[in-house]
Amino acid sequence: MFALIRAVVGRDLRLAMRRQADIVSALFFFIIVVSLFPLGIGPEPDLLRKLAPGVLWVAALLATMLSLPRLFADDHRDGTLEQLALAPQPLGLVVLGKVLAHWLVSGLPLALLAPVLGIQFDLDADALWVLTGALLIGTPALSGIGAIGAALTLGVRGGGVLLSLLVLPLYIPVLIFGAGAVDATVTGMGAQAHLSLLGALALGGLFFAPWATAAALRIALE
Amino acid sequence: MNNRLINWFKYASPQSFYPLAGKMIPWFWALAAVFGVAGLYIGFLVAPTDAQQGEGYRIIFLHVPASWMSMFIYLVMAGWAALGLAYNTRLSGMMAQALAPTGALFAFLSLWTGALWGKPMWGAWWVWDARLTSELILLFLYIGFIALQSAIDDPRRADKAGAILALVGVVNIPIIYFSVKWWNTLHQGASVSLTKAPSMAQTMLWGMLLCALACWMYSIAVALMRARSIMLERERHTEWVRALLGGKSANQE
Amino acid sequence: MYWNSFSEFLAMGNHGVYVWGSVGVMALLMILEPILIAQGRKSLVARLQRQFRAEQADTTERREQGTRRSKN
Repeated sequence: MFALIRAVVGRDLRLAMRRQADIVSALFFFIIVVSLFPLGIGPEPDLLRKLAPGVLWVAALLATMLSLPRLFADDHRDGTLEQLALAPQPLGLVVLGKVLAHWLVSGLPLALLAPVLGIQFDLDADALWVLTGALLIGTPALSGIGAIGAALTLGVRGGGVLLSLLVLPLYIPVLIFGAGAVDATVTGMGAQAHLSLLGALALGGLFFAPWATAAALRIALE
Repeated sequence: MNNRLINWFKYASPQSFYPLAGKMIPWFWALAAVFGVAGLYIGFLVAPTDAQQGEGYRIIFLHVPASWMSMFIYLVMAGWAALGLAYNTRLSGMMAQALAPTGALFAFLSLWTGALWGKPMWGAWWVWDARLTSELILLFLYIGFIALQSAIDDPRRADKAGAILALVGVVNIPIIYFSVKWWNTLHQGASVSLTKAPSMAQTMLWGMLLCALACWMYSIAVALMRARSIMLERERHTEWVRALLGGKSANQE
Repeated sequence: MYWNSFSEFLAMGNHGVYVWGSVGVMALLMILEPILIAQGRKSLVARLQRQFRAEQADTTERREQGTRRSKN
């Protein structure tokens, strides 16, 4: 089981490495969106500190969305996906591997980059740590839930926009607890509860989403 | 394969459901009208005023049934979706597709009446109250469902993809609701909240229940109407639709 | 009956705009929806009937030529 997941992750990472431009552009999208907010709002540190958690998290959601349409599209086009669906190994595990690979190339870099952007918003060290931690915990849930949307819109016209329409409402709990964790740290309430709930969401998402995704993929392949 | 199923499953085939639905629709309209008139009569003419909110509270007779319906319809939709995935019946997908626009309509009406209620009560058209916010997200979920179904050309795939989305949504709705509630209590405290419902007099409760029943009947009638159109459209290549429509035209000629 | 006069009923204790705004929009949409569905159905039926008639004419023509249309 783990061998299968590791094989899928390794393969997807190798493929992603061949298209590094995609990863980099998603990251720059994240950086640019976050940097636009102070320009739109004004440079007062108090205001920025208050807005930082929400802005960073919303930008992270949008940046995750960017790479989702390609999660299954390439494999679908060259027929790999059909092979995987026909293989004796459960499709859910393959999907889990692909979700983990997606997280490694989209969620993980976002989380590592976020503290740098947090400094732009005058967050203190504690808040930066929590921001990184919350993104590390929360982004796997984003990849998992996003995979369902990517599978449902596979090969559908207008897939990209439709995908965001389907997936963004489902991201709301992650957004609330993720931004809430940072916000709680800034206001000095402690982020423990938020981070625990975020972890529960991520585990739940990684456990259930692959099966729903596998079902959606089978429908798309019919 | 259909022969082995229980007898009432025969109504799951569009061919026999179509005329049955046609016979039922007028009855549901009649019931909707009776319940609606009775509920509005009690709500707007008989019920006493509310001590706290004045006459503006009467919006409750529209707002609460609309909110209830928007939530129930999503559940019913998910129920049809689950049936469709489990038994692969053609009818299920059609019913889910027929219900979605009505559910979205009620979600919108709930937001609209909520805003018009909020203005005199809170002094603002919109507040980020947990219930209003959840209702808004529910509207987004309906819109996603409708958009997904209309983007997929093959009806069978549209049905199944929609079914998965509806089930994912139904699992997520409680999570979304509790997260929004949590967010709301953290950010606003108990400053504004709809929970201070007027202490329900017996007449108010009756008015609200009758209005809710009227909305139920309305939804069923409208959903059946829409389902009949969807059936004709999808089954246009089958003999029964040909006999139904072709026969008519033959008589006219 | 709770109200003393019709104008009082319309005023709704100074909340008339809000109450009647809710009632009006809800009534409008709930009347509009079935009308739209009925119209859509009517045009659908007309379209299908046209289509069937065209096919029928087509098949009778073909039958005269000696070919049989297979059931789909």
